[in-house]
Amino acid sequence: MSSTAATPGKNGRRLNGNLRGWFARQPVWVRIVGVLAVIALAYLLPYTAEIPLIGPQIVTEGIDWPSALFNMSYYVLLALGLNVVVGYAGLLDLGYVGFFAVGAYTVALLTSPDSRLGTEWPWLAAVPFAIAVAMISGLILGWPTLRLRGDYLAIVTLGFAEIIRIVAQSTETLRGDRGFTDIPHPPGQQTDGSALFGVRDATPYYWLGLTVIILVVLGVRNLDRSRVGRSWLAIREDEEAAEIMGVRTIKYKLWAFAIGACIGGLGGVMFAGQQGFMNSGTFVLQFSILVLAGVVMGGSGNIPGAILGGALISYIPDRLRGIQDPIFHTDLFGFRFAIFGAVIILIMIFRPQGLIPSRRRAMELKDREKEAAPS
Amino acid sequence: MNFSGLIHNFGPLTVTGLAQGAIIALFALGYTLVYGVLRLINFAHSEVFLLGTYASIIVWGFFGLDQNSPTPGMFAVIGLIILGMVAAVVASGVTAIGVELIAYRPLRRRNAPKLAFLITAIGASLAISETVGVITGRNIRGVPRLIRQTDVVVIGNTHITNLQILIVVLALVMMFLLDRFINRSRLGRGIRAVAQNPDSAALMGVNQGRVISLVFLLGGLMAGIAAVMYNLKIGVTRFDAGFLLGIEAFTAAVLGGIGNLRGALLGGLLLGVLQNYGAGLFGTEWLHAVSFVLLVVILLFRPTGLLGESLGRARA
Amino acid sequence: MRQVLARAIGGVALVGLLAGTAACNSDSGSGGDSADGNCGFKIAYFGALTGPAANLGVNIEQGYELAIKQYNDKKGSDCIQVAKFDSQGDPGVAPGVARNLVSDTKILGIVGPPFSGESEAADPIFEEAGIPTVTPAATRVSLSANNWKTFHRAVANDDAQGPAAGNYIKDVLKAEKVFVADDQSAYGAGLADVVKQTLGSSVVGTDKTEGDGKQTDFSATVQKVIASGATAMFYGGYYQNGGLIRKQLTSAGWKGTLVGGDGMKDPGFTKAAGNSAAIGTVVTCPCSPPEKAGGSFVKDYQAEWNTAAGTYSDVAFDAANIFLQGIDQGNTTIEKMNDYLGSVNYQGIANTYKFTATGELDPSLIKVWAFKFDDSGDAVADQEIKTS
Repeated sequence: MSSTAATPGKNGRRLNGNLRGWFARQPVWVRIVGVLAVIALAYLLPYTAEIPLIGPQIVTEGIDWPSALFNMSYYVLLALGLNVVVGYAGLLDLGYVGFFAVGAYTVALLTSPDSRLGTEWPWLAAVPFAIAVAMISGLILGWPTLRLRGDYLAIVTLGFAEIIRIVAQSTETLRGDRGFTDIPHPPGQQTDGSALFGVRDATPYYWLGLTVIILVVLGVRNLDRSRVGRSWLAIREDEEAAEIMGVRTIKYKLWAFAIGACIGGLGGVMFAGQQGFMNSGTFVLQFSILVLAGVVMGGSGNIPGAILGGALISYIPDRLRGIQDPIFHTDLFGFRFAIFGAVIILIMIFRPQGLIPSRRRAMELKDREKEAAPS
Repeated sequence: MNFSGLIHNFGPLTVTGLAQGAIIALFALGYTLVYGVLRLINFAHSEVFLLGTYASIIVWGFFGLDQNSPTPGMFAVIGLIILGMVAAVVASGVTAIGVELIAYRPLRRRNAPKLAFLITAIGASLAISETVGVITGRNIRGVPRLIRQTDVVVIGNTHITNLQILIVVLALVMMFLLDRFINRSRLGRGIRAVAQNPDSAALMGVNQGRVISLVFLLGGLMAGIAAVMYNLKIGVTRFDAGFLLGIEAFTAAVLGGIGNLRGALLGGLLLGVLQNYGAGLFGTEWLHAVSFVLLVVILLFRPTGLLGESLGRARA
Repeated sequence: MRQVLARAIGGVALVGLLAGTAACNSDSGSGGDSADGNCGFKIAYFGALTGPAANLGVNIEQGYELAIKQYNDKKGSDCIQVAKFDSQGDPGVAPGVARNLVSDTKILGIVGPPFSGESEAADPIFEEAGIPTVTPAATRVSLSANNWKTFHRAVANDDAQGPAAGNYIKDVLKAEKVFVADDQSAYGAGLADVVKQTLGSSVVGTDKTEGDGKQTDFSATVQKVIASGATAMFYGGYYQNGGLIRKQLTSAGWKGTLVGGDGMKDPGFTKAAGNSAAIGTVVTCPCSPPEKAGGSFVKDYQAEWNTAAGTYSDVAFDAANIFLQGIDQGNTTIEKMNDYLGSVNYQGIANTYKFTATGELDPSLIKVWAFKFDDSGDAVADQEIKTS
């Protein structure tokens, strides 16, 4: 294993690997400028359509482009959160949408006039509460279940998300399919006095989402490089060994769950703030499964990978809207999830380590490939 | 909570739950077989079942039967059910092996991480069910009434119909045959060997690729039978029918101890019955919530399911 | 080496797929800019075309599209264009699609959104853009209380239909023991609640199921119905669950009458139940029988789509025709169109349409009919029911 790391073989010279290696060798100021440039470009994404030739090919047709970007932003947020749970700590979570729902419902309960609480807070005031409640729900789920291994944990988390959906659908307080109306939007005014976060233009929501993403990335990155991150790594690789070496596995697994839940809840908060209305129909199981597919497709355990994967799971179906197939001239949009499924298979077959894998993972995989029994 | 309702309807709820549970159990076998050998949750198994439901309806359609046709004579019915099963089993078996070849085998060649398999499984599941959805216009497809349900046994308010008996008996028979096959036959020994230790099995001359194909095929066969039973009982199928029942079947497999054939049977029957009790007690809307809460509680006390996992060590 | 090659092929295939799709983007926006003054506009459909509720959305879309096709055939040109927007029936998806819709300035009116949930999420956007909507199916009462100027509802809301269904069970079926269940959708639960109020003490049992497509085995519900001794059951929900429940009730030997709302008035009901089990099932509908209005809608629909008209297909057909009449009368801006809707009095195939200031149908024009499934699987007009 160590020998592979020291002398990367010929196969290791992948494009992104080299690019990343080159980037890591640059002086600090180059790296900072590079990162800032990427961030600036991300903020300019709503204007992609203005780019001649390439722009119109990128923007979505059947769905408003800034809205598509906003959708991507909360999927990315969810992917980042799930990446902590699955990618870092190696805990398979199939019910991540549950935390998204908890965040969104807390906001709805505290702000909507339909709520029984009758508090009708502004959106911003509800945010810290929603995040806290999501985090607590992560702890409540994690505490009894984290003793379970691997796939048993997966089915329990899946069950947890279904229970949340059923409770949301069937209890009077959470209003089921009737949902919550008039959830307030984030605060702020434009220079002409109209609301900054209106209903017509989704661009400000995207910018808000992007800002939150940047903050979350900074936080997660620091955690990953801290003692906590190293413990996660140890747990992921070999839980027994980690335990014997004195890593308090339950504690750090709980940490991962709580942080993942927090970020998922934040995604729900953003969703509710943009939406204005929400009901139980959004929080279906397929949602969690999609986000998980995004994380693994992008590159589990790697922040840029999770971002790319999260963006893709939202972008690919949206991009296929409003396109006609070249042969039958029927709308492709009906097929978009079928095509999407095929694309997932292709990506995983050609890049099982994900599109932008973590470097450690890529090397492990190469190791495993050598071990593969001929069949 | 409605205790008197539950007690009053205890018999009927048990009987209908057992019939539903038998179908779930057959379906769950596919998850358990694949998991036992490959340690892989085969998400696409729900679509294996789905294509089985459609295949049998299409075959019955060749005979001019649809949901409005009158029930044919007894011998015709037996013939039709067998034909439907053959069609469903072929469709499900082919789908299962196809998924294995397209979505899993390339990954196995590269010894890819386990998560990668899970994701291609999800991709395959999406691709198949959505394609069916587009082709069928996302509408339901009715099933011919091949069996007119009549009461065979009546005890108090509990009525047991011919169809319910057929479903439960057939599930038990299939289960028995499968158990014999795995535990007694040469091929079954190969399966158990790979489940226990793939590397030593390979060294001992077991053809791993063939064993894995066989496991998928067996899971497909069971799903095909389950699909026909489902058609006869529910009377309608739709592009997402597999996904919905698949979650229940997977839950049942875990409940009984995934990788354990008898566990799948136990888990399926138990889930079917307990869901019905839950629905009787709290209302039908809580049916699935009840089953998941039970699952969590059981796993807390028996972390590997009721009968424990391991296909390899299943004794005769 | 083989892997590298395979990877390269995969990459090329992906690029090809993207390029292929990109290449056909360009031709989707061309249209008939006919010289005729009132041509070149679009009437949009906004609602589910994919997703779990797509079957309901497709019924409506086909009714709407039929109206526009007939109009264009009459004109002899592609005068008015069809513009379909797929919300998937999901309030989470609807806003993005709605913002896309409002960026198309050729759209003069919207048929939809069909569901109440997506209406709550998307209608504020249409309101801000000023594009008039006529919903053929969203029956939640509170929708008209939002002061939306562009909101119009071409069907009676739940408050009108629920009492009628209750009255039918009480007065016509004369059932003394009634079981009431719903699918927990905003539509089904709303309707079932009103029916429960109307029936009062004759309700002997209640239950709730999952929504269409989320549940297929109703044995627990069936068991409760039988145990309750009810002779009639009201189900607030859509035709798929309704049909399955009817089938499973019949299989279990229950001989009472199933009554449902307009969400069950669909050929899909008999598809799920089978004709023989469906016989005698009653559905109420705030619409008049199409044969009363004359015209050939039922036949035309069958000819165009090769399937029978479903729930709300007729209302969507009417809604599209209301807009088309408006265009004919020269209302070619969204402001004029909205004013026109405020004063329109249109005799359609399902109803006569006249909107109040809040966008509701004029209460004096609301008629609720009961339809009964016959042995050929069609819902035929039974009788008009009083609504209060």
